[in-house]
Amino acid sequence: MIVASRAGHAALALAALAVALMPLWASGYHVQLASTALVAAMFALSLQLLVGAAGMVSLGHAAFFGIGAYAVHLLPAGLSILFTLPASALLAAAAALPVGALSLRTRGFFFLMTTLAFGQMLFFLFHDTPLGGGKDGVFVSRPALEAFGFAFEVPRRSRPTVLLLLNLGVLAAMYAGLAALMGTLFGHALRGIRENEDRMRALGYDTRRVKLAAFVLAGALAGVAGHMSAMTEAFVNPELLGWHRSAEGLLMILLGGLGALHGPILGAAAFVGLGEAATLLTERRRLVEGLVILAVVLVLPRGLAGLRLGLLRRREPAPVAAAAAEP
Amino acid sequence: MNPAALEAVGLTRRFGGLTAVSDVSLRLSVGELHAVIGPNGAGKSTLVNLLSGELRPSAGSVRLGGADATGWPPWRLAQGGVGRSFQRTNVLRGMTVFENARLAAQSRAFGLSRWLRAAAAEAGPIAGARAALARVGLSEAEGAVAGTLSHGQLRLLEIAMALATAPTVLLLDEPLAGMGPEEGERLAALLKALSRDHALLLIEHDMDVVFAVADTLTVMVDGQVLERGPPDRIRASAAVREAYLGHEV
Ligand SMILES: Nc1ncnc2c1ncn2[C@@H]1O[C@H](COP(=O)(O)OP(=O)(O)OP(=O)(O)O)[C@@H](O)[C@H]1O
Ligand SMILES: [Mg+2]
Repeated sequence: MIVASRAGHAALALAALAVALMPLWASGYHVQLASTALVAAMFALSLQLLVGAAGMVSLGHAAFFGIGAYAVHLLPAGLSILFTLPASALLAAAAALPVGALSLRTRGFFFLMTTLAFGQMLFFLFHDTPLGGGKDGVFVSRPALEAFGFAFEVPRRSRPTVLLLLNLGVLAAMYAGLAALMGTLFGHALRGIRENEDRMRALGYDTRRVKLAAFVLAGALAGVAGHMSAMTEAFVNPELLGWHRSAEGLLMILLGGLGALHGPILGAAAFVGLGEAATLLTERRRLVEGLVILAVVLVLPRGLAGLRLGLLRRREPAPVAAAAAEP
Repeated sequence: MNPAALEAVGLTRRFGGLTAVSDVSLRLSVGELHAVIGPNGAGKSTLVNLLSGELRPSAGSVRLGGADATGWPPWRLAQGGVGRSFQRTNVLRGMTVFENARLAAQSRAFGLSRWLRAAAAEAGPIAGARAALARVGLSEAEGAVAGTLSHGQLRLLEIAMALATAPTVLLLDEPLAGMGPEEGERLAALLKALSRDHALLLIEHDMDVVFAVADTLTVMVDGQVLERGPPDRIRASAAVREAYLGHEV
């Protein structure tokens, strides 16, 4: 997986600026839609740490997203985001640790199925027990924007703007953190594992532990995304944990590009935009979505990120195969 | 004789009804080049895989520096100083030659801070990687993507990766296979030099090379040790000649 070059990052920063300025030029509805896309991008980006970086395809990742979201409901109302955001991440990480430890005994297809099973277990925990407020979901009160005794009261009218900027900031921080992580030995080891896990083991890497660290970190980041989802929508329901959410995340990665760290961000934007356009055009939204995604994947094997690869890529070897090609 | 760096004690490995390695004992000491020869399917690679932890023995034990290491996973044996190369070239094909060697050299990372340091800024491992590449003569190809290398270069990269981990024991499974005569000669000389400060196990089919470099030879047939000794004794052994050398030399 590549990290965009300086020119690529400049392009991404320009796009971020355009999003930040949306309240000035777009309708309130579209500002909210952008927030939804930003949250989706956070989720897909957290999943990219598994899929793109380490070649682990999980179908249970949404469970950690949902747990992060439900943390907002389970914690007392009125707490500061400075407390609820780390708490969501920690709860999600705490769930990811045992799930990862058990799932990582398997590889490839079996890993996919094991994560699916664990994800569905957590889904049913919230769907069928009173723990999370039932299968229809619940409204949650948004965490307070409060830091060091200074409370920031958001008037109702400007709430979409504030949430947009907040989501943009969290996504940017997550991306910057992961981009830096890819350059560390940990990032390189993950790349080695995706290339050839057995060889890495023969070199002396305890690959299962490296993968577990990635799994838990990805879970924590999904928890952050979930927290921002709950904060944005002020509503949580068990569907947030369901496997089709995980599948959607994988689709965003495929759409945006498996081989680039910023792929999921492009993919999430495209996915949300596509859903919107499809709704306008037809009643068969899913069908249109599916066909478009299929076409993109067939025409652009490197996803949307591959479109401008000349500009965005560093001098690095091309990612050879899709993560699905993991043995 | 030096104390054994790595030792096989009565190693046996069965695959279903087939006993690929049967009650093989073997000592590898620093300063000694120990060659294992035998016809195809004799169980040589299986023996290496047992010694490197790639396979678990059905019976018997592996001892590392005198302590029991049976059933250890490959990464743990590698951390204990066992480096290996594979018969079928096994490298990180999408990465550059240098990145392959650097990851090998960095495999001894301990502590969170080392894992979170920029990989490209680690002077020690980078120097180690460069030294390993220079030793096998791959410095020129440092920037090439591993997947684009020639067969001979890939064999050299295999060895450089093992060397970059600074091992005590080197298990080399047919490192010369498919190399040109000149390349092969150079590599044989390198192996001889390496055996001075490593415990080296060499699997090789080319008898000229084996008799030229080996200090000790083990002849395997059908998973069993047929004969063991210094090269001249093996060359003179009637049993070996009949079972193996007869159709090779
Ligand atoms: N994973 C496995 N499963 C089943 N049988 C195996 C396995 N690995 C090896 N064998 C069998 O064990 C026997 C020994 O194989 P091995 O690869 O160790 O031989 P070798 O001496 O390395 O041969 P070569 O000179 O061809 O490399 C062979 O009959 C082989 O078919
Ligand atoms: Mg073999």
